[in-house]
Amino acid sequence: MAKKVLVIAEVRNGELRQVSYEAIAAGQKIADGGEVVGVILGEKVDGLANSLIHYGADRVVVVNHSSLKYYTTDAFQQAILKVIDLENPQGIILGHTAQGKDLSPRLAIKLNTGLISDVIAVEKNGEEDVFIRPIYSGKAFERKKIKKGIIFAAIRPNNINSLKKDESRTGEVSIISADIKDLRTMVKDVVRKVTGGVDLSEAKVIVSGGRGVKKKDGFEPLKELADLLGGAVGASRGACDAGYCDYSLQIGQTGKVVTPELYIACGISGAIQHLAGMSNSKVIVAINKDPEAPIFKAADYGIVGDLFEIVPILTEELKKVLKVEELV
Amino acid sequence: MNIFVLMKRTFDTEEKILINNGKIEESGAEFIINPYDEYAIEEAIILREQHGGEVTVVTVGEEETEKELRTALAMGVDKAVLIKSDELDVIDQFTVSMILAAYLKNQEYDMIIGGNVTVDGGSGQVGPSVAEILDIPQVTTITNLEINDMKATIVRDVEGNEEIVEVSLPVLVTAQQGLNEPRYPSLPGIMKAKKKPLVKLELDDLNLDVDDIEAKSETVEVFLPSAKQAGKVLEGENQTQVKELISLLISEAKVI
Repeated sequence: MAKKVLVIAEVRNGELRQVSYEAIAAGQKIADGGEVVGVILGEKVDGLANSLIHYGADRVVVVNHSSLKYYTTDAFQQAILKVIDLENPQGIILGHTAQGKDLSPRLAIKLNTGLISDVIAVEKNGEEDVFIRPIYSGKAFERKKIKKGIIFAAIRPNNINSLKKDESRTGEVSIISADIKDLRTMVKDVVRKVTGGVDLSEAKVIVSGGRGVKKKDGFEPLKELADLLGGAVGASRGACDAGYCDYSLQIGQTGKVVTPELYIACGISGAIQHLAGMSNSKVIVAINKDPEAPIFKAADYGIVGDLFEIVPILTEELKKVLKVEELV
Repeated sequence: MNIFVLMKRTFDTEEKILINNGKIEESGAEFIINPYDEYAIEEAIILREQHGGEVTVVTVGEEETEKELRTALAMGVDKAVLIKSDELDVIDQFTVSMILAAYLKNQEYDMIIGGNVTVDGGSGQVGPSVAEILDIPQVTTITNLEINDMKATIVRDVEGNEEIVEVSLPVLVTAQQGLNEPRYPSLPGIMKAKKKPLVKLELDDLNLDVDDIEAKSETVEVFLPSAKQAGKVLEGENQTQVKELISLLISEAKVI
């Protein structure tokens, strides 16, 4: 049955996040020939609307409001409820991001519907929409569905392919106003700590360090390699507990769960709780001195050796390869 | 200050997952307090030490959860509440949130603290859902919390960046890693915990009708990831290994 599906896009630093396009692809599948309506919230964001249409939205609703410049639970909830009230959709898709995680459970309660979070794939079983999601941080998976009411899902970044960009697509962009008031939380300041702007959850490449990095400075060669590949640096619990890096970098069952295309584990032994956080990466490379380290069982490619010798060589050799490609 | 902590009993993170008859095999598994809820418990105890008051830990679960509640009491929590869910066949985040909120709405709370996510289900829905049902504000994934004159100044982790948020109490917050270092129960703490109040409630005690809290989502199937083929461990001089790795990443894995 064709459905009308709202896709709530996400703006960061004035641009749409990639997960917004992935959400449109998921939305199209659920819409099943129906309509996909993109929703963009921000201070002055109508300029981004056409991009959503190029990636598959049929039309876009924009809410511009000075209270939407920064994310707050109350302001975004009020704006989205206004759009839902106007559009009356049968499905809602958004990203399982910091914003999506904060907002979607409250929306589900307000709409009196179920919510399926952290979805990595959408399947059709006849008329039914079935969602696949990891449990136990990826040690197992479940297929889940909404029993009745609005189909509501939050999708994990980097797992559902966006549709091909088609700049010839056109669609209606409507700008609506919302009455936003009585905000109960106030954002006083934002301290940027993520360098280079590559977020772990969306990084295509992650270079990760464990106890083997030995000290804070030990992350330097890893960072150099990550920068070269346009990736992000991560860490194991061992490295975080030892104080070599911030907990915000931790990957594992406690910490972040990541699924990049390439995961390079350096000096990480591969405790079960770390493997849970990264074993669904597309390709895993392990570099470790100990040939018996369990990380080699999870890896596609392994190098037994000292990361402080191997990683700099890898960076140098990759520079040569990437440089050649640029010249071609 | 009256503080309530939302807790869940989960598999130990070092446990392997097995499936038997289409269900996750629980027998023989070690259970723990969900690690993120441990941060919540610790933060609640710190707040009580600073501001006075009482800390109550609440969970929805089966009889066995008494063990984890006793651990929380041994850490320093004053009172534990187990809301028994045995009579429900299917439970989802909606069900749990409705039960917790039904209990909390009759309590006087200044602060409700939960983990930001569980390491089993991993949806992170319950905290915000409870806040919505109670119609109070929330601040999720927090890494620092200070309270002055019933106003909280909170640092939250937003995908690696820090956001400084101000909010008036009552508020529901969810703990992120880095918030604190949970204490281990001390021996005197364990002795005292045996005498601390642990209340067991049935859904009837909360005037809950099973139909009103019926799950809104359902699990159709659980399955394990397909076993990964053994990887290649490269050999030779460092330089040779690195060159081979790069060529494999380009031609075989096609990720560069």
